[in-house]
Amino acid sequence: MRVISRRIGFYLITAIAAITVDFLIPRVMPGNPVEAVLAKMQGQVVTKATLHALELQFGSSTSEGLWGQYVHYWSNLLHGNLGISTSNGLVPVTTVIRGALPWTIGLVGTATVISFILGTLLGVLVAWRRGGWLDTLLPATTFFQAAPYFFLAFLAIDLFSIRLGWFPPGSARNNLDFPAFDWAYAGDVLDHAVLPALTIVVASAAGWIVGMRNVMITTMDEDYVLIAQAKGLPKQRVVWYAARNAILPSISGFSLAIGFVVSGALLTEIVFSYPGLGFIMLTAVQDADYALLQGIFLVITMAVLVANLAADFVYVFLDPRIRQEA
Amino acid sequence: MAIGTSTDLGSGPAAGPGLVPAAGPARQPRLRLPRSPKVLIGLAGMIGFLTLAVIGPWIAPYDPDRSFSTTASFPQPPSAAHLLGTTQQQQDVLSQLLAGGRSTVLVAFVAGLVATLLSVLIGVTAGYTGGAADDLLSMLANLFLIMPALPLLIVIFGFLPPSQGGDDLLIGLIIAVTGWAFGARVLRAQTLSLRSRDYVESARITGERGWRIITHEILPNLIPVLASSFLFTVLYGVGTYTALAFLGLVNPNHWSWGGMLFYAQVAGAEQSGYWWLFLPPGLAVALLGTALALLNFGIDEFINPRLRAAGLSRRRARLAGAGGTAARPPRRFVLGVTPVVRGREPR
Repeated sequence: MRVISRRIGFYLITAIAAITVDFLIPRVMPGNPVEAVLAKMQGQVVTKATLHALELQFGSSTSEGLWGQYVHYWSNLLHGNLGISTSNGLVPVTTVIRGALPWTIGLVGTATVISFILGTLLGVLVAWRRGGWLDTLLPATTFFQAAPYFFLAFLAIDLFSIRLGWFPPGSARNNLDFPAFDWAYAGDVLDHAVLPALTIVVASAAGWIVGMRNVMITTMDEDYVLIAQAKGLPKQRVVWYAARNAILPSISGFSLAIGFVVSGALLTEIVFSYPGLGFIMLTAVQDADYALLQGIFLVITMAVLVANLAADFVYVFLDPRIRQEA
Repeated sequence: MAIGTSTDLGSGPAAGPGLVPAAGPARQPRLRLPRSPKVLIGLAGMIGFLTLAVIGPWIAPYDPDRSFSTTASFPQPPSAAHLLGTTQQQQDVLSQLLAGGRSTVLVAFVAGLVATLLSVLIGVTAGYTGGAADDLLSMLANLFLIMPALPLLIVIFGFLPPSQGGDDLLIGLIIAVTGWAFGARVLRAQTLSLRSRDYVESARITGERGWRIITHEILPNLIPVLASSFLFTVLYGVGTYTALAFLGLVNPNHWSWGGMLFYAQVAGAEQSGYWWLFLPPGLAVALLGTALALLNFGIDEFINPRLRAAGLSRRRARLAGAGGTAARPPRRFVLGVTPVVRGREPR
């Protein structure tokens, strides 16, 4: 499994780079983040310890050199310490993120999987019936792809919640406190998730459709497809053979797509007031809660890396040529 | 007769003797790009938006900052005086829409230009030199490709003092830094395949210098790929700038379509049915993006002729043959009708 170990090595380097960037940004940007945070915290009691923690976080008191700070930063990180969030009282960043992460993973994860499957199937269909009426759908999907996710979210709320009243217009559940898990609660959560998930699927499926269609069209010209056709295999069978091979670039292009989808989904959460990472990212921006911002960036990057690793595993599993190269 | 459609695109091999007249005109060199309706619509849209970016702020009926009423506390729906209604602050939406186009288009094009320059510099260098430099630069590109750009930009702009968040050039530059990697990867792959072609080899053997080979032999052949990656990055720039402005991270006193969406969200437009606050700027962004993507489709089809569905459309098929069967385009996956203009590359 040399391929996989090389990919893991690459993801490790990427993770280290992301962490380093996260460390450097507050230190190379103009302005003084500590002052900005203190200005936003007016009315709260700031102890010496808090002040010291803030200065350490953003490197404005440089009793130790940049390298020393970097080592310190890593040691904090490895101890699971991402700093203190200041926007809502003084709470560890990890606590805030832990509260929001399940919502984002549930919503974005499900929507991405649905969109990938749906988009790929539609792409096969469009390629198979090339020149037919389905081709006229392509410009429409282009429009949905080009529209910002959050604009589609605006439309979805205005249309389906406010005018038609089919779905709740925002938030993730009616009861803010977590009751005992029962079917009513699950149904409530599901009811709130449909519209944001639908927005993400509609916005992101277009990319998979176009990608799959383009590869599928090229694949249908291959000799083995010709032979399958010549042997008189049923059409569905032939398309299945072609589609199995055409899906590979879609999976290897996953890394490019997932970043866009996650970014778009975070903005969708904001419009729906969905209490995931995107929503707390907005409050962090508004309240100059830098530690929280940095923490969210790290968590999202790591999640994207893990998703990519999973896609790599699938790829190696599907394509024997990759296994032979190693 | 399905073969008639393939000769229409000038694909030699299938053309029988009876189809020579159809193959004749196709042989003449012509600009194939603007023929597809997709490309024409995209091109028209782009020209429209570029014009709007230049003259928009001048033809705006009012000053976009001017507040028209101090008594009204709700956004007013479209009326004769305000064709697209007013905002929460009683400013004219149409004027903001017209004024906001300039910064959106400007930031996107600055981002596209700078990112394309970076991608040429890094991608072509990596592909041409090979070896350790290639490994290093490829890894750098992959690293930027995989790191989620928007959260990174949000952190960067979050730390940027508000006084500097309104400079279009600076915003474009920062977006470009996160957006060059895709182009670099594509250009590297293309350079790699060009590098081993005979004409490049012979240029090397005759003693041409490296940079001359790059600028005179390789770059001209990269132009379609370059154009495609430029459009892609501009598209990325539009989306990213709009998202950043929507979050209120770039100076909100500076009108842009994303900024208008920010104020729509602040006013609770989607919850209260104030559609005129979010529909115009959102549609503008979506249409600009669609125009860019359609143009890009055209270039993709230019590079890879197999993607051309237009060659099989009803109208073209009808023009190609007079017979009853020829007028019907292939509706199903039928072998042998795919227009293959170039020969397959030897592997």
